[in-house]
This record gives sequence, structure tokens and C-alpha cells, in this order.
Amino acid sequence: MKPQRTYFQRLRYYYSLFTGGFACFLIALAALEQEGMPRVWIGYLFMFATIVLYALIGVISRTSNVLEYYVAGRRVPAMFNGMATAADWISAASFISLAGGLYLHGFDGLAYIMGWTGGYCLVALLIAPYLRKFAQYTIPDFLAERYGGAENAEHGGRAVRILAVIATITVSFTYVVAQIYAVGLIASRFTGVDFSVGIFLGLASILVCSFLGGMRAITWTQVAQYIIILVAFLIPAMWLSAKHSDNPIPQVAYGKLLPKLSAREHVLQEDPKEAEVRAIYRQRAADYEARLKTLPASWEAGRIDLQRKLDSVKARNASLLEIRSAERELVAYPKSADDAERAWTDAREQYLQRAEPITPHATPYPGDKATSDIKRNNFLALVFCLMLGTAALPHILMRSYTTPSVHDTRVSVFWTLFFILLIYLTIPALAVLVKYDIYSALVGTDYNHLPNWVSYWTNVDKLNPLFSINDVNHDGVVQLAEITIDADVLVLATPEIAGLPYVISGLVAAGGLAAALSTADGLLLAISNALSHDVYYKLVDRSASTQKRVTISKLLLLAVAFIAAYAASTKPGDILSLVGAAFSLAGSTLFPALVLGVFWKRANHQGAIAGMAAGFLVCIYYMLHTSPVLGGSAAGQWFHIAPISAGIFGVPAGVLTIAVVSLLTPAPGRQTAALVDYIRAPEQ
Amino acid sequence: MKNHHTMDKLTRQHHWQRARRLTALLLALWLTTGFCAAFFARELAGLSVFGWPLSFYLAAQGASLVYLAILAFYAWRMRKLDREFRA
Repeated sequence: MKPQRTYFQRLRYYYSLFTGGFACFLIALAALEQEGMPRVWIGYLFMFATIVLYALIGVISRTSNVLEYYVAGRRVPAMFNGMATAADWISAASFISLAGGLYLHGFDGLAYIMGWTGGYCLVALLIAPYLRKFAQYTIPDFLAERYGGAENAEHGGRAVRILAVIATITVSFTYVVAQIYAVGLIASRFTGVDFSVGIFLGLASILVCSFLGGMRAITWTQVAQYIIILVAFLIPAMWLSAKHSDNPIPQVAYGKLLPKLSAREHVLQEDPKEAEVRAIYRQRAADYEARLKTLPASWEAGRIDLQRKLDSVKARNASLLEIRSAERELVAYPKSADDAERAWTDAREQYLQRAEPITPHATPYPGDKATSDIKRNNFLALVFCLMLGTAALPHILMRSYTTPSVHDTRVSVFWTLFFILLIYLTIPALAVLVKYDIYSALVGTDYNHLPNWVSYWTNVDKLNPLFSINDVNHDGVVQLAEITIDADVLVLATPEIAGLPYVISGLVAAGGLAAALSTADGLLLAISNALSHDVYYKLVDRSASTQKRVTISKLLLLAVAFIAAYAASTKPGDILSLVGAAFSLAGSTLFPALVLGVFWKRANHQGAIAGMAAGFLVCIYYMLHTSPVLGGSAAGQWFHIAPISAGIFGVPAGVLTIAVVSLLTPAPGRQTAALVDYIRAPEQ
Repeated sequence: MKNHHTMDKLTRQHHWQRARRLTALLLALWLTTGFCAAFFARELAGLSVFGWPLSFYLAAQGASLVYLAILAFYAWRMRKLDREFRA
């Protein structure tokens, strides 16, 4: 007991020092900004300082010991393990996109808050303590041992292990690509470096850390990253909260603001100028509709029109600017009738969407009875998938191996949720605060007096504007319908919306970077451990020395990291949809096998193989079949459930298959029963 | 020796029974919280707590706080249970 306490106290001391040092760093930068240090330097300093810090922690905690490398020596105190898991958990999507998602979708976005917190009940009640009692290294370890098969336990686990490894890698890889993508995004926005340079900068810091010290290094880095994430998220939210309600605790204050926001929404909904803008959008959608109907003639006609316009501009010797713009229009024009169909359909959809009335923020499932019911069912399905997915994510479950005892694992899950909630309870508050600010301060402003942050963020990404604002009805005043805002920009722009100094913007960027890096660290370790421990050591070379195992693991980590970085540099999909798919997949494939493995002794080898395969296939099939991004169509949906919630079909399919196949085949042997008894028994 | 062994087995079984009962109870609470907050959200929107419509409060904070309480209660009860059977 005694050395444990001193270890805990020592850690607390180090991290208090770190927090103090970080505060001094912030104050120093704020002072430098006052003295007129250029913005771009602040961005560089934040990037550089935090990345060096993570690398430093990685170097200090370097290790080649197997136990330290895979499970941090199993001696991380519960509270610190909780903090590290929280950082592991809070991904780029949570930090950057979630508040924006809530801003855009109102109540319906809260499914993410409920799902991503409720999942921890399943982790604690059904899985984590039993994994800790089992005390091995990876998730496939547990599944292979539990479903080893009756005849030859050593051999029988192979198929289960391979399936579990495939599931671990598929799930973690989609997720890690999303994180690295976010790293590139943040780095390129705040320092102006190229997107792919940003990716490789971030990658370098991830690698120094996890390459040198495995689980041990990433645990201690993640604790530091959590502190940065927390500070970065709370400061702007508290500031905005104090500004709008005289109460600096946003989680409490926004209750008062919500009725005011609803009243404002009502006023804007009735405003004739807003109606005018929406009518213009409807008109534009109708124009596209008409052109789509007369394809391909309309495409041909449009092209000739543009060509003629260019010719006439050239003929009358107009200014170079006019000629350029006419040329650009012609270049941007769809290359073929097929292209035109795609582009115009998109444009029509977009305008129709923008012509929709304002979604009331606090109203659950707005719409008529039928749409409302569909929205409710989708909300429930999404919550279900996110919860079960959370309870089956390998990089989170891996964390239950690192505490000193089973009891500490249970306490650690409590701390995890506690630290996650410090952020997650602020996210809905932040969405409401920013929305109120925009609805009441920005809407109604004169176009000649737009605040500075508007012009800054409209210029950040010319191709895919994150924030755009156009005087559609030419009245010189901002209408709400004239603003489009991307989910990813909200948190990053909050400090400027709140009127805070640029240092805080840099801090928020550093927070987003910490969120993405910490999650990427954990995921890369989960993937490389699955490859090195489960594939190489357990399946290929059982006689490998511990030294060799750790070396192989490090090399694989390097390889996986580069592949993931390459995949991210091709800019696939948007962050939230990629991460969403990972949850349904994890839930469908791993959750049934993990839980039944502990709670149902009769579940056997054949059942597990069939169940994991069935869950995986059903989930993938539904996604391919219904997601327009993956080549399906919404028409194929079952009960109108969105593809992101494919797990609602995958999980029951997995559970049923395990049950039926297990009952049809022989019961597992005595060894398996003894293992289950052992993991259920209290610690001695 | 034999006697000792069966006693050991019994207590273990008893421990597992009580652990399972606690788990089932808390899972039921978990399910009710999540399901009711989402399924009856439209009905609960009319009620208000400290300015929030009840359904919005539940989805944004209430449910998550219940989950946290479940975790705390589980860790506390299981430690007690483990201690009882170790003694």
C-alpha cells in the first residue's frame, strides 16, 4: 500500500508542476501577443511546444520491457488511468466536430452525447473487470483463450484470434485515419503549412512517443494531453458563458439561455426578410430542377451560352478581370452531361436544404408525425450503436489491462467517464452559447460592419468554405439563411467569436491537436499490438524472445503509422462519418463475443466464429447497401435506419448466431469452464 | 480438504450470483434511463427544469450523470462484495 501511495503522490506532483508550467506558458504568450508578436508565430510556438513536450515524455518513458511496453507494467493508478483513457477516448471528432454537430442538428445531435457516455456502463459492468482478471495483453488474447475449442486449446484459438485481429484492425484503422486527417487539418490551418506536411509533423510526434515507450509512454503523454484538452475546451466556453449570462459555469448557465434562444428562433422564423432569402433558394432549386429535366440539351445550351459570353467579353475588349472570370466559369462548367447531372442534383439538394425553415434547437425530433417517428427511431438506434461500439473498441478495452487490480479497473472506468463528462457536459452548452451569439449578434449586422472573424474564416479554405456568408437578397443586412457554417469550424472559431485574444485560438488548436494525437496514439498501439503480439508471436513464432517481440512491435507500429498517414493524405470522407462507421462495426463484431464469453458458459468455439463473422457481414452489407457514399442508396434502408446505425442489425445478428450455433454444436470443454470461473471469481 | 473445496465453490457461486444480480439491476437502470430519455423525449419536452426542457436536459446532462452514478455505485458495491467473500 505504501509504495503505491507514494507513486501516486509523485505522479500528482509531476502533473501539478506540468499544469503550472503550462499556465505560465499561456500567460507568457499572452504577454508576447500584447507586445505585438505576429499571429503565425503564436501558432508555430503552440505546435512546436506541445509536440516537443509529447516527444519528451515519450523519451523519458522509453522501454523495451514486454510488460511495460504492452500494458504499462500494470501499475497505473486508477485516476491516472481514467485520465489517460479519457484522452484516448476524446477524439478529433469529439473535440472539433461534436459541438458543431449539435449546433447544426439541435436535440437530435445529443444522441452522440448519450451514446458515447452510456457505453461506459457496459464497459464497466460487462467487460473491463473480467479482462483485468484475465490479465493478458490484447482483446484477441481473451477471445482466443475463451473460445479455444474443445479438442486442442492451443490450436483451436487460431481462427477466433484471426477474426478478432481482423475486426480490431478494421475498426481501429478507419478511426486512426480520421484522427490523422484531423491532425493535418489543424496543423495546416494554424501554421499555414501544407496539409500533408501537417500530417507528417503530427505523425512524427505520435511516433517518437509510442515507438519508444509503447503503452507506458502513451499513458503518461495522454495524461498531459488530457490536461491541455480540458483547459483548451473550458476557457472559451466559460468566457462565452460569462459574456451572455453572467455565470462563468457554462453547464449551469445555458439553461437560462435556451428559452431566449428559442424565442429568437421564433422571431427569425417569422421574419419576412428570412422568408425572402429562403424563397430565393427555392427558386434556384427549381431552376436546377428544370435544367435537370431537359438534359442533355440544357447542358449543351449552357455551355454554348458561356462560350458566347466569353467571346463577347473578349470582342468588346473588356478588362482582364472580366475575361478571367468568364474563362473560370467556362472551366468550372460540367465536362459532360453526366457530370452536369451529378453537379446539378447536388446543387438542387443543397438549395432545397437551405430553403428549409429553422430547426428549433431544443425540440426533439421536429417534423410531422411520420418524420418525427423516423427521427426518434434513428436517435434510439444511433444511441444503441454508439454505446455498444464504445464497449467494444479495442483501444479503450486494452486500457483495462493496465491497472494494478480488478477493483482499480472498476474505479478507473468511473474516472474515465468523470473526465470525459467534464468535456461532454460542456459541448451542448457551447453549441447553445455560440448559436445564441450568432443568432443575436451576427444576424442583423450590416454587411459593411462584419466582425473580423467572419472574414478570416470565410477565407481559410477557398475550395471547401467552412464558413460562408453571402448577401443573397442584396439588402445589405445579414439574414440567418445567408450563413452556412461547417460543423468542423465551430470550436476552432469560438475564441474569435467570443472576442478572446489569439493566444486562446492557438490554445484551442493545440487542444484539438492533443485530442487527435492522443487517440491516434492509442489506436496505433492497438493495431500494432494485434499484429505483433497476436499474429507474429501467437501464430507465427511462439519461441520469439521478448526482446524480439518488442522490436517487431515497434517496426510494425512504424509501418502502420505510415500507411495510415498515407490514407489520410488522400482526404477520404468527413471525420464524423468515418468514426461513426467504426462504432457499428466494433459493436457488431466484438461486443457479442466478449459479453457472452463472460456471461454464458455454453458459448463455444464454433458459435464465436459464426457470430463474429455474421455480425461483421451484416453490418458491412447494410452499410454498403444503404450509404450513398459507399455506393448504396437510401432506398434500401430497413425501417428507415441510417447506415451509421448498421449495428442495430449487426449486434442482434451476432448474438443470435452465437447462441444458435453454440447450442447446435458440443459444449466447450472443462478448461474453458475453469477459465470462465476464474475470471468471474473475486480477486484473492 | 474435500469439505473445504466444496465450501470454496459455494462461496464463489454465491459471489457470482450476487455480482450478477447487481449487474442486472444496474443494467436495467442504464437501459431505462437511456430508452425513456430518448423514446419519450417529445412528451417530456413540455416539462421544464431550471429553464431546460426536461427532455433536452436529460439527453444533454441528466442521462450522463445517471451513468456516472451507476459506475460509482457498481465500483463501491463490488468492492464490498469482494471483501465479504475474501474474509
